[in-house]
Amino acid sequence: MNLDDLADLAEQYRAIDANVEREVRVCMAASCQSSGAAPVRDALVAGLGESQPSCKVKGVGCMGLCSAGPLVSIADRDGSLEESTIYRDVTADDAADIIASLDGPPVERLRCPTDQPFFARQQKIVLENAGIIDPDSFKGYVAVGGYSALIRALSEMTPADVLREVTDSGLRGRGGGGYPTGLKWSTVAKMPATQKYVICNADEGDPGAFMDRAILESDPHRVIEGMAIAAYAIGANKAYVYVRAEYPLAVERLQTAIRKAKRSGFLGNKIGDTQFSLEVEIRLGAGAFVCGEETALMASIEGLRGQPRPRPPYPAESGLWGYPTLINNVETFANIAPIVREGGDWFASIGTERSKGTKVFALAGTITNTGLIEVPMGTSLRDIIEVIGGGIPGGKAFKAVQTGGPSGGCIPAQHLDIAVDYDSLKTLGTMMGSGGMIVMDETSSMVDVARYFMEFCMTESCGKCVPCRTGTQQMHGILDRLAKSQATRAELALLEELCEVVQATSLCGLGQTAPNPVLSTMRYFRDEYEAKLGDA
Amino acid sequence: MSLQQAKPPLPSNDKRWKLVNATMRRNGYADHALIETLHSVQDAFGFLDEGSLRFVAASLDLPLSKVYGVATFYHLFTLKPKGRHACVVCTGTACYIKGAGGLVERLQERYDINPGETTEDDRLSLLTARCVGACGLAPAIVIDGDVLGKLDSESLIAKLEELT
Ligand SMILES: Cc1cc2nc3c(=O)[nH]c(=O)nc-3n(C[C@H](O)[C@H](O)[C@H](O)COP(=O)(O)O)c2cc1C
Ligand code: SF4
Ligand code: FES
Ligand code: FES
Repeated sequence: MNLDDLADLAEQYRAIDANVEREVRVCMAASCQSSGAAPVRDALVAGLGESQPSCKVKGVGCMGLCSAGPLVSIADRDGSLEESTIYRDVTADDAADIIASLDGPPVERLRCPTDQPFFARQQKIVLENAGIIDPDSFKGYVAVGGYSALIRALSEMTPADVLREVTDSGLRGRGGGGYPTGLKWSTVAKMPATQKYVICNADEGDPGAFMDRAILESDPHRVIEGMAIAAYAIGANKAYVYVRAEYPLAVERLQTAIRKAKRSGFLGNKIGDTQFSLEVEIRLGAGAFVCGEETALMASIEGLRGQPRPRPPYPAESGLWGYPTLINNVETFANIAPIVREGGDWFASIGTERSKGTKVFALAGTITNTGLIEVPMGTSLRDIIEVIGGGIPGGKAFKAVQTGGPSGGCIPAQHLDIAVDYDSLKTLGTMMGSGGMIVMDETSSMVDVARYFMEFCMTESCGKCVPCRTGTQQMHGILDRLAKSQATRAELALLEELCEVVQATSLCGLGQTAPNPVLSTMRYFRDEYEAKLGDA
Repeated sequence: MSLQQAKPPLPSNDKRWKLVNATMRRNGYADHALIETLHSVQDAFGFLDEGSLRFVAASLDLPLSKVYGVATFYHLFTLKPKGRHACVVCTGTACYIKGAGGLVERLQERYDINPGETTEDDRLSLLTARCVGACGLAPAIVIDGDVLGKLDSESLIAKLEELT
């Protein structure tokens, strides 16, 4: 298959719905389903019946404003989210009103304005199809240009060409560390080996983060396409997606997507009539945060306890079963098709000097608009929280935003004007991490937050190395006594010392970063620690 | 594919063992199918008892200690039977900020059980999880697999009381 054949196929798939002028899109991603999206969809389907053949009800992925779900949008057939009418908090009882309004003005009482910054200020690359296409429809994905990047790579580019585009794009891994993707791919590509593997890390263990979940539930083929392009570039013929078992809907949609891609010849043997073949298999996590760490993840795929091992050797050299392995995050793979389609230079023109492209963030905590956003790297925290996120509800004051999960830290109000990218967040003693942002208002105690994260790291420590296993326990003990106003000044000093030791001597990223939430809250909210001292 | 070796007999005629066997067969009885197999045992029976661990160990030709080690390493696997209903309170950061701790305390009080325990009448198990990925609905609760959001403790208890 070449690009022209694929374009014909896309045209053919578009023609199936040629008579459809307008779509009633119901968000069927997990969060909206939990709020009752299925009955809404059924009521809309039943209500619309055959009465308006030019209008079709369609289940789609996440539209972003998950806390206002179930969301329904009315759009022209190829319309984007901002161009559509969006309804929030819809119930099955509202279906009749929505259907009745199709020929007239919208239902004002349900309306969620799309000119508000939450929708208007986003720039979508990773999420360009989310909330628009049906994630279970292979034809729907192809109709919007899906798999054209893969076919272009296979038919018009050498693996070296692909590597060059990815390197030129400046894309950095979205799983937390921000390692340059092109460099990682090139390293694996250079390894002389007959067997290589590609792994998609969909463990998403950071509490408060749901970007990967939303991507998998909204546009699973996009992730598969990115993985296939990666496999071609590095010379692999076998890939795994390691997904959390806590995400059953994401697993189901991924399974469907893999099956359909295979049946249509975009996975499996001789893809696009070339010599390139790729098998993709899903592996389920079993609820261990440390399995997001790449060496632990590979141990888990091998059927072992998910315990990290020292690096080097890096997976690029010796990974799954000792073979060179490329491991990337879901969002990293989701960026690949647009990079191949539009070119690395195009991607590099978005974002900041050292952090290119856009980033998907999950906004949660005490913030008005809870949900998923995608903005260019370098957008200020203030824009994200006050403008796009709508600020703090209930007239309360902003206190801090936690980024980077258990490996990150809290940013206070005086730094809200910082432009968010990998390096700027590090100067504040926190990290981008995978993109979870948890906003806290004045009622949150920072000592409690530090204790919370330490408890997390203590229970999630795999126990392999002593500094992490017992250090986190000690630190948690002191933080607990602090929170109860029982700790002494000497213990506070010990806590600081422990932070240094655990950071410096732990084997893997979990232990190395476990002190971060403590250090960052101490740095910006020292007075709260002082006020809690028992012998003050 | 491993060599065709004598497979242990199924522990009982319970049809659910066939599902477990199918998982192992699909993976060619390879040792790396261990976690998948334990998932399928737990999906079928609700928990992993000693008999099932022994059966899996023998089928995959693995030492029991290794199977036990894996089964106890992962939080999702449980060696104890669960109650007829399971209530999982998410204690991830977003839910914590929105008061998940209070929900757990209220449930502990109301049902006299700690997280990980089951009521004496076997009706309800109380569990906690680290982020179920529905942070927009925080605090998020999973009752028998269905995610519910934005509940306060009284409406949560009312929901639990409705279960039979
Ligand atoms: C304790 C720990 C947990 C991690 N969890 C995840 C995770 O859930 N998802 C993820 O993509 N990366 C996670 N990582 C980072 C991975 O080890 C790895 O760097 C990443 O998947 C590489 O992909 P990228 O280059 O696309 O970022 C974790 C790292 C550590 C130390
Ligand atoms: S740092 Fe902690 S999680 Fe990492 S290997 Fe050591 S004990 Fe395990
Ligand atoms: S899940 Fe429906 S908007 Fe996010
Ligand atoms: S923190 Fe509870 S669902 Fe994410």
